[in-house]
Amino acid sequence: MAKKEQDLQQVVENAIAEQKVPHVKFKGIDPKNIDVDRLTKPSKETRQEWWGRGLTFLAIILIGMLIVAIIGFVGMHGLATFIDNKVNIFHFLFSTDWNPGAGKNHVGAAAMIVTSFAVTLLAALIATPFSIAVALFMTEYESGKRVQLLQSVMELLVGIPSVVYGFIGLMVVVPAVRTIFGGTGFGILTATLILFVMVLPTITSLTVDAFKAIPKDLRKSSSALGATKWQTIYHVVLRAACSRIMTAIIFGMARAFGEALAVQMAIGNAVLMPYNLVSPAATLTSQLTSQMGNTVMGTLPNNALWSLALLLLIMSLVFNFLVHLIGKKS
Amino acid sequence: MTNVMEAKNVKLKYGNFEALHGISLAFPAQKLTALIGPSGCGKSTFLRCLNRMNDDIDDIKITGEILLEGKDIYHSHIDLVALRKKVGMVFQQPTPFPFSVFDNVAYGLRIAGVKDKELIEQRVEESLKQAAIWNETKDNLQRNALAFSGGQQQRICIARALAIRPEVVLLDEPTSALDPISSSEIEETLMALKQKYTFIMVTHNLQQASRVSDQVAFLMNGELIESGSTQEMFLSPKKEITNNYLNGRFG
Repeated sequence: MAKKEQDLQQVVENAIAEQKVPHVKFKGIDPKNIDVDRLTKPSKETRQEWWGRGLTFLAIILIGMLIVAIIGFVGMHGLATFIDNKVNIFHFLFSTDWNPGAGKNHVGAAAMIVTSFAVTLLAALIATPFSIAVALFMTEYESGKRVQLLQSVMELLVGIPSVVYGFIGLMVVVPAVRTIFGGTGFGILTATLILFVMVLPTITSLTVDAFKAIPKDLRKSSSALGATKWQTIYHVVLRAACSRIMTAIIFGMARAFGEALAVQMAIGNAVLMPYNLVSPAATLTSQLTSQMGNTVMGTLPNNALWSLALLLLIMSLVFNFLVHLIGKKS
Repeated sequence: MTNVMEAKNVKLKYGNFEALHGISLAFPAQKLTALIGPSGCGKSTFLRCLNRMNDDIDDIKITGEILLEGKDIYHSHIDLVALRKKVGMVFQQPTPFPFSVFDNVAYGLRIAGVKDKELIEQRVEESLKQAAIWNETKDNLQRNALAFSGGQQQRICIARALAIRPEVVLLDEPTSALDPISSSEIEETLMALKQKYTFIMVTHNLQQASRVSDQVAFLMNGELIESGSTQEMFLSPKKEITNNYLNGRFG
């Protein structure tokens, strides 16, 4: 302690000796007045900082472990189909013969893969023009109360549980499709119509963000060059927002691809290659939800379902990757 | 000296607040008029009246007359699109559209329905040359306009405004977001272009006004205090307050 104080005294004396501006006095500074212990120990704030940082890192580590565990678990079981049960991976991807209970030569998921992509793409295809129209209305043509109302409606659409969508689909859309197109009313068309409403708010709100991100000056510059509102929208706003609209569509597709319950209630759940839009079919998710209670852990039918889950997981990674790719490009 | 544009007793109200209290000012052809004055004096608001950029604002009321070649631009028969083809505008921040230089400059022509490719190419080249940016862009016309520097972007914006051959070009502090070198390049560009176009420029930079303008109008609190030739205004202003402002005693 005495040593420290001496050191400090030395520093102060040196400073006084070296000072170039004579009228500045170091009077108030006396090593005896300084609590060296307090200054050399971590303060309360520093300790709080350590705590805060520690808690944050702990949370990150736990979540990281959880994610690794989920991926590992799904991967392990999903791959067991191919490793333990010796199912040919090409057979799994390209065969439409789905009857895992009958042995390893009957594990073909192609019908479900095709159906999943069909409902996803069709839903996005129908939803995108409407989303862009609604987003344009909300950002370019209207402001104030009506926009807020639309915003709340969109948020409401997001908040409706998928079982409710499924129920409405079952009670309204299925009979309607049955009446118009014949058949049972279950199928890709019905599922698409339900998914269209479900992805609409996702695509719309992200598209609204895309339009809002475009500087007002760009629109003004365009109108100052004699462009009408529609010309400005068509040539500047849509063009400038293009990559972000793509991102919005992909987020919508990810939602549609992963939706299980509402689709399961409306698609008919028959694992058949879809040759038209109004015959019963099954997606990866609908097959997973409808069959998971019917298999025994560790058996081939169970592992086959895990493989479907793995495929869904990989697809969601692909969607995320696409979003990043587009983000980087723009 | 003919006047291309003339404002007569222009008043502007936001709701109950009157921002411009009757401004009358004539803009001679092929001259550069600088609008100066302290922040919030209404000079940008007045500038935006001249090509009706204020029309979108809610609750706004503009009275008086603004004549362009003898016709009141606020008359109900005037087509906004046609007006803005005659009165172009360059903004404070460079605002190139996020696509190629060529498409940027060709934009005004294309939306006006010009299909003739040769004419568009010729106009683009001419306009870029006029805006003194041709040498920097001629080898990469297809490059995204956002990839250029701020000063270059602003000159691309000037070229874009010139491509539709306006009578009058409004400049809203065109150099305030730029570094001194880019600013002086823009000034040189304007000096050269004065032979062909009529410019009306809002600026905070008094030296800039004295360097490039032919006529200066001093606005304060929504009123036109004084206007006259640049030389007169800077050397022997008639009013004390103008003198004080120009000499940097306030503002």
